[in-house]
Amino acid sequence: MPKLKVNDIDVEVEEGLTVLQACEKAGVEIPRFCYHEKLSIAGNCRMCLVEMEKSPKPIASCAMPASDGMNIKTNTEFVEKARKGVMEFLLANHPLDCPVCDQGGECDLQDQSMYYGVDKSRFKENKRLVPEKYMGPLIKTQMTRCIHCTRCVRFATEVAGVPELGAIGRGEDMQITTYLEQSMQSELSANVVDLCPVGALTSKPYVFEARPWELKKTETIDVMDAVGSNIRVDTYDWEVKRVLPIINEDINEEWISDKTRYACDGLLHQRLDTPFIKYNKKFEKASWAEVYKIIKSKFENTSKEKICGFVGDLTNMETSYIFKEFFDRTLDIKNYESRPDNRFINTSNREDYIFNSSINGIEESDLIFLVGSNPRYEATILNARIRKSYLNNNTRIFSLNENGDLTYPYESFDGQTQTLKNIFDGAHELSKNILDSKKPMIIIGESFLRLNNAEYLYIKIKEFLSKNNKFLDDWNPLNILTCDASSVGNFDLGLINKETNLLNDLKSNKFEIVYLVGQDNINFNKRDEFVIYQGSHGDKGAEIADIILPGSAYTEQDAHYTNLEGKIQKAYKASYPPGEAKEDWQIINEIAEFMNNRKLFNDKEELESSMFNYLNLQKEKQNKEYKKEFSGELKNEKLKIDIKPYYFSNIIARCSKTMIECNNSKLNLKSTGTEG
Amino acid sequence: MSLRRPAKHQPENFEFSSSSLDAAKKIVSKYPKGKQQSAVMALLYIAQRQNSNWIPLAAMKYIAKFLDMPYIKVYEVATFYTMYNLSPVGKHFIQVCTTTPCMIRGAGKLVEACKEKISENECELSDDKSCSWMEVECLGACVNAPMMQINDEYYEDLDKEKTLKILDKILKGESPKPGSYRGRLNNEPENNRKTLMEYKNA
Repeated sequence: MPKLKVNDIDVEVEEGLTVLQACEKAGVEIPRFCYHEKLSIAGNCRMCLVEMEKSPKPIASCAMPASDGMNIKTNTEFVEKARKGVMEFLLANHPLDCPVCDQGGECDLQDQSMYYGVDKSRFKENKRLVPEKYMGPLIKTQMTRCIHCTRCVRFATEVAGVPELGAIGRGEDMQITTYLEQSMQSELSANVVDLCPVGALTSKPYVFEARPWELKKTETIDVMDAVGSNIRVDTYDWEVKRVLPIINEDINEEWISDKTRYACDGLLHQRLDTPFIKYNKKFEKASWAEVYKIIKSKFENTSKEKICGFVGDLTNMETSYIFKEFFDRTLDIKNYESRPDNRFINTSNREDYIFNSSINGIEESDLIFLVGSNPRYEATILNARIRKSYLNNNTRIFSLNENGDLTYPYESFDGQTQTLKNIFDGAHELSKNILDSKKPMIIIGESFLRLNNAEYLYIKIKEFLSKNNKFLDDWNPLNILTCDASSVGNFDLGLINKETNLLNDLKSNKFEIVYLVGQDNINFNKRDEFVIYQGSHGDKGAEIADIILPGSAYTEQDAHYTNLEGKIQKAYKASYPPGEAKEDWQIINEIAEFMNNRKLFNDKEELESSMFNYLNLQKEKQNKEYKKEFSGELKNEKLKIDIKPYYFSNIIARCSKTMIECNNSKLNLKSTGTEG
Repeated sequence: MSLRRPAKHQPENFEFSSSSLDAAKKIVSKYPKGKQQSAVMALLYIAQRQNSNWIPLAAMKYIAKFLDMPYIKVYEVATFYTMYNLSPVGKHFIQVCTTTPCMIRGAGKLVEACKEKISENECELSDDKSCSWMEVECLGACVNAPMMQINDEYYEDLDKEKTLKILDKILKGESPKPGSYRGRLNNEPENNRKTLMEYKNA
C-alpha cells in the first residue's frame, strides 16, 4: 500500500487510488468539476491541480495514481496560482447570469469561484454562445454555461447505459448534445441535472420555481417503486417543489429514477381535501363527523362476514397495521388483503417474498437469471446495479422472456413454463451454467407469481437450488422482485388472507361494505356494495366510492416502509395534508373511537411500538420448512411479462403532468395543446 | 472555424459499395475482436470517398451499425475532424492552405482567385455544381508555399494568375498537371542546389 505525504500529513492508501482520493483521506478538500466518484476519470477540467515534489508542473490529482513516497502540497501559492489560472479560463466563456440561473446557490462553479475566481476579467473578446439543445421533457439546457466536464456524457454511457449523449465539434466549438437532439431514452436521465456542476443542465419542471435556500429540506424515503430510494424532499410552504437523491450506498447509491424525481407534481393535483358523501351519484362535501356517523351505522348494520378491506400500493406500514388492528379488534373479522391480484406468496417464511441477495449483492453475483421480470421498468435503480455488475464483473445475464432493451446484453429464452421446468430439472444448457456459478441470482418478478403454476414452479426452483448447495451462509440466490413500495411491509404485517380468496369474492359481489385504503388497482364491477375509499388522490378508487375519506400522501406523514430487500426505513413528514385531510392512521383510529368510544392507539408512538413488537414476534415465528407435494404433469403456460406502464404506475404518477409529458416524449407524440 | 453541422438535405440510405466493403473489412480485420471500433476513422474516410467527398448522416448510422457502436460516437468523430466533410462539396474539391507560411507568400490571392472563379463563399458549389473550395490549415507543403490541394493532388508555388489558369482548366473538365508551378522538382531549391555539393545523391 503506497504511503505518501499530503501537506505533511502521512497517509496510506490502497493500491490503485488516485492522489485526489489520498488527499481526501488526509482531510484536504480538492476543488473539482469533472471528477465524480461513481464515474470514470476524465481529467479534463484541470481544477484539481496540486503540487507534487520533483514535478516542475502541477499535476491533475484526479487522474494521477497515488504512489509511494509522493509529497503532495495543496496549500502553496503555486497551487493557488495554477487553480486561479484554470478558473480564469473556465470563466472566460461562462456567462455572468447567476441571478437568472436555476443552479444559483448550489453551483460548484459559483462556490469555487469564491475561492479561486479573479474579480475582473482579462478576456476582452466576445463570449461564446451555444444554441440550446433539446434533451427531452425533463432536462432544460442552457449550453452557453457548459464547461465541458463531460460528467453527463459519462453518466449516460456508463450508468444509464444509453449512449446517446456526446460531445460534438472540437476546441472552443465543442458542444454537448444528444444524437440529433432527440430526447434521452432513459429512466435515469434526470440524474444528469444533479451531476452538472454548473447550470447547463437544469430541471425543466422545476425551472424558476425556487431558490435552494428558500426550501425546507426533509430526508425521506421514496415510494414510487419497491427499492426504497433515499430522497430529499424540498418543500416551499405546502408545495413539494422537487425531489433529490441522497446517498445510500446500499440502496440507490447516488441516483434516483425519473419517476421518483418528477412524479412529485402529482402531489399537487387531484387531491382529496375534504370528506365526501355520494348522494344520487353526486359527491357532496361533508364534515368528518357526518362521514364517521354514516360509516359507524353501516358497519353496525352489516353482518361482519360481509365486510372486507384492501390496502394499496403506497400505503405505509403504520396505516396497514392499524387497518389490520381495526379489522381484528373493532370489526372482529379477518377480511383484509394487500395483494391487488391473485398472486402466489408464501408469507410464512420471510425469505420467500424478499430480495434475499440484497441490492449490494448484485455486484458480487456472477450469473443473473430473470424470471418474469423486467427490472428496467419495475425497479430502475436495481437495474442500474445489474448493469454495473455486468460492466465490472462481466456478469452473465439471462432472461426467460425477451425483454427489449435492458441497457445491458442478455440471453433470452422462449418464456414457456416448460422451459423453466427444464432449467430447474437440470435438463437445459442454462442449468449447467447455474450449477457452475458461485453466486447465482434468480430474480423472480410479479408476473411469474401470477402464473397458475407459480407455487409448483417456485418450489421446484427452490429445491433445485438447495439440492445443489446454492444456499450458502452468506448467499441466498432466490430473489423476489416486488414492484410496490408497500408490498413487503404488508406481507411482514400479515395483511394477507390465506383462507379465502377475497378478490374472487369481491368480483362475484359477495360483500356489502368494501373499505379501500389507497387501493386503486382492483378492478371489480360494483353492484350494491357500499365503498369507503380512503386516500390522497381522486382516482379509480374514489370514483366508485360512496364515502371518501381524504388521507395523506407519502410526503405528508411520518411512517415506515420496508423495501424489497426487507430493509425497514422511516419516511419523514415534509409537508402537511391539504385542507381537512388527515394522516391515514389517524382516520382509522378515529373511526374506531367513534364506534367503540375507545381509540385503538393513544398516539403514534404507541402504534409504532406495537407494530414493531408485532414484527419482532413474526420474525420468531418463521416457518423455514415450506414444502408441498405436487402430483401430475405441469400444464404448460406462456409467461407473459405484464408490467404497469412505467410513467403511470401509481396514483401520484398518474396525476403528474410531467409524467404525461415523459410518456408522450417516449411515444414521440407531439403536444397539440388540446389534450387538456 | 465554427461547429460544422450536417447538411440539411440528407440522402435516405447509404450502403458500402462492394469495393468499399472489401476495404472496410480489411481495415476492421487489423484490429483485435471486440476492438473493431478503432476502425471508425478509416471507415468514415472510405464512406467519404465513396459518397463524392462528403459523409451523410445515413453513412454514420451505417458505420455505427457496422462497427456495433453508438451513433453518437461516430457522430462525435465525424464532427471533430475537419477533413470529414459533412455537407456536399464539389466533385473537384479545392482546399487552399492559408496557414502562416502560405499566408506570407500570398495565399490570400489564391483565395481571391477561388472567389472569382468558383463561388463567393467557402463550401458553396460553383454555378455548374462541379467545384467548391475552402480554406484549410497547414497541408504540410510550406516549402512550396503558397499551395492548394484539388482532390488528391497538390498544386504548389502558385500565384493568382496561375491559380486562375488551373481553375479554368478544372472547370472545363481537364486535369491540370500537379506539382510546382515554378518548374521545381518536388521541393528542391530553385536554380539548383547550393549545399552538399560533394554528394551526388543528396
